[in-house]
Amino acid sequence: MFDQLSDRLQATLSDVRSRGKLSEGDVDAAMREIRLTLLEADVNFKVVKTFTKTLKERCLGAEVLESLDPGQQVVKIVNEELTGLMGGTGRDLAFASGGPTVILMAGLQGSGKTTACAKLARHLGQSGKNVALAACDVYRPAAVDQLVTVGKRAGAAVYEQGTDADPVEIAAWALDRAREENRDVLIVDTAGRLHIDSDLMDELAKIRKRTKPHDVLLVVDAMTGQDAVGVAESFAEAAEFDGVVMTKLDGDARGGAALSVKAVTGKPILFASTGEKLEAFDRFHPDRMASRILGMGDMLSLIEKAEQQVDERQAEDLQKKLESDRFTLEDFLQQMKQVRKMGPLSGLIGMLPGMGAMKQLKNADVDEGELDRVEAIILSMTPLERANPAIIKGSRRKRIAHGSGTKIQQVNQLVKQFDQMRKMMRMMVSGEQPSPQQIAQMAGGAGAAPRPKYRRR
Amino acid sequence: MPTTWQEIFDLGARDATTPEAEPESEERRRGVFSRLRESLSKSRQALTEEISASLFDRIDEETWERLEEALILADAGAPTTAEVVERLEREVESGAVSADGEAVRERLIEILAEVASGGRGPIDLSGEPAVLLMVGVNGTGKTTTIGKIAWHLSKEFGLSVVLAAGDTYRAAAAEQLAEWAQRAGAELVRSKEGGDPGAVAFDAVAAARARGADVVIVDTAGRLHTQGNLMDELTKVRRVIAKQMPDAPHETLISIDATTGQNGLRQAKIFSEAVEVDGVVLTKLDGTAKGGIVLAIANELGIPVKLIGTGESLEDLRPFDPADFARALLAE
Repeated sequence: MFDQLSDRLQATLSDVRSRGKLSEGDVDAAMREIRLTLLEADVNFKVVKTFTKTLKERCLGAEVLESLDPGQQVVKIVNEELTGLMGGTGRDLAFASGGPTVILMAGLQGSGKTTACAKLARHLGQSGKNVALAACDVYRPAAVDQLVTVGKRAGAAVYEQGTDADPVEIAAWALDRAREENRDVLIVDTAGRLHIDSDLMDELAKIRKRTKPHDVLLVVDAMTGQDAVGVAESFAEAAEFDGVVMTKLDGDARGGAALSVKAVTGKPILFASTGEKLEAFDRFHPDRMASRILGMGDMLSLIEKAEQQVDERQAEDLQKKLESDRFTLEDFLQQMKQVRKMGPLSGLIGMLPGMGAMKQLKNADVDEGELDRVEAIILSMTPLERANPAIIKGSRRKRIAHGSGTKIQQVNQLVKQFDQMRKMMRMMVSGEQPSPQQIAQMAGGAGAAPRPKYRRR
Repeated sequence: MPTTWQEIFDLGARDATTPEAEPESEERRRGVFSRLRESLSKSRQALTEEISASLFDRIDEETWERLEEALILADAGAPTTAEVVERLEREVESGAVSADGEAVRERLIEILAEVASGGRGPIDLSGEPAVLLMVGVNGTGKTTTIGKIAWHLSKEFGLSVVLAAGDTYRAAAAEQLAEWAQRAGAELVRSKEGGDPGAVAFDAVAAARARGADVVIVDTAGRLHTQGNLMDELTKVRRVIAKQMPDAPHETLISIDATTGQNGLRQAKIFSEAVEVDGVVLTKLDGTAKGGIVLAIANELGIPVKLIGTGESLEDLRPFDPADFARALLAE
């Protein structure tokens, strides 16, 4: 995640500025870095080759702009080309004008089909659709049970006939039932299958014929390597899929498979599945994926995540408090809880671009235990103490340490760091830029012990 | 180098001489590997066609480039690929290996096998009971692998096996394991969905000790290595097991899906930091994916592959044979 292409390109092209133009040698050197970055992200070798060829032509002779350094400029071109290749803004599902819309889900074993079915059901249910699921995976032990359970959680009806019936017949029967029960959408879950298993691929083609799906979605694991191309090509042939659901995007895989699949089949990625919970499912954003493949962080996703979690009124409130310098430990506690709702902090840091420049944060391994301790300390304070930490002395300190199971020094440290933080926030609000050292201090300083742990690479 | 079931399991002092425990006949082994080769043959085409047919006819710059390409396409990753190719190139240039197509090809297979076998040993089942912990990312085939290992231990070695349904998160995961337990004739210890996986593991080990069972295999919920809290939970499961039996778990295996790309390296590294992984089970090798990521895992982390999964049926789990793996990667 932190292997920033921009860092590397900046190093490679550091002496270009003085010469004004990118020479062929510069471009070749840059292409080597880009090639490596893409391969590390699991973009298929052949796709990389074609891509870097196009890219080279665009970079050759490109004017070096005053405003950007040559490395950044190449990154910009790469990002643009990559976003273009990933396919604009993506498309929507095709819905039937009357009768149930049928969505057929297919993919390799373990790619996350069953979970994706339930997530999609929930997603469509949220927009007012009446959704049913058809359990056609009769091979994997307990797959039907799994769909029944997650389907229920997603608020969708599950049509199942156990594991003795033929999947093609189950699918046809489920479609009839969906019609009878006036469902808006029928999502057909199928067994995971290998793209070279001709019997099972035939079965998939048969299900497709019988149910005439409006959309066939291929479920692809974001961690897939070079083989993504072969898989996508085979499924394109047998199932003629219309779009892709990328799963397990909450991991740290750079997800080059998304690019490979799009490049060889031309089919868009429609949805991104990003976590264990059913609601961790969303429209796919090609531009964000491009940045992710390049290891350039995912600022947009972070902003959106924050927007979902932070109540707007609370945000306004906070802004006012910061401006008038009334930010208290109580507010700090609430803020911390908000931020932690977004997920582990180390994950959030990874989404921020520009971390390459800030070495202290780059490898910082946020200790969630420290944050628990900070919470405990604040929770052991009285409202008065939270509003006015300056009064925390002697016996109060002792009581708080005792109450939170921490040491007096840790309470001290927290109060001191809170004070520093408040000063810095005041600076930010008033438009001054804090130095990276100050930011790092604050990041480490959120915990009782201000020492970021360094993870060896 | 353990390449048969008898060799891959270190059963310690346990008497497991069952009728089936006699060394596998060469014929049967051959049969199995020709099957493996067959099931992998398609995957090999890209690599083999390029490599065996013309690659080593003339040894020049292009040879190394195409070899690099082939290894990258097998998911071996840029650093390991570069290392292997450089080493071979150096040996040919220095004359240590003659610049003859066949000799270079054989040497390449040797090098690949050597990389893949880094620090390997048998699966330690000498404990009484022996506790085996299975971990990995979602959908990599943990439960299926456990089912198959249990079946081998129970049916071929006549050992009594207890399975712990430690995946209390995924809906119906315990049912899936229950089916395997039934097929293998193993006992299942489980709790209700959402129960504490540590408690399940603890109870299973306790049950196995009380009944004098030979092996306990602990299943765990699939989890992404990036989910810190879930990784902590895994560490806790391990700690809880050790509370019941101080030196347990005796063996911790991670399942890696052969289709996995470079992220497999991160998976192995971070799981290993959480629970000290002893070996890899490379699953789903029956597709077109070549599973080259295990070369990177062995090379960079020193964690060897111990078992490979090549399909759904029971006999499709095999001890990993690095030489054969490398050869199969490059064979005609």
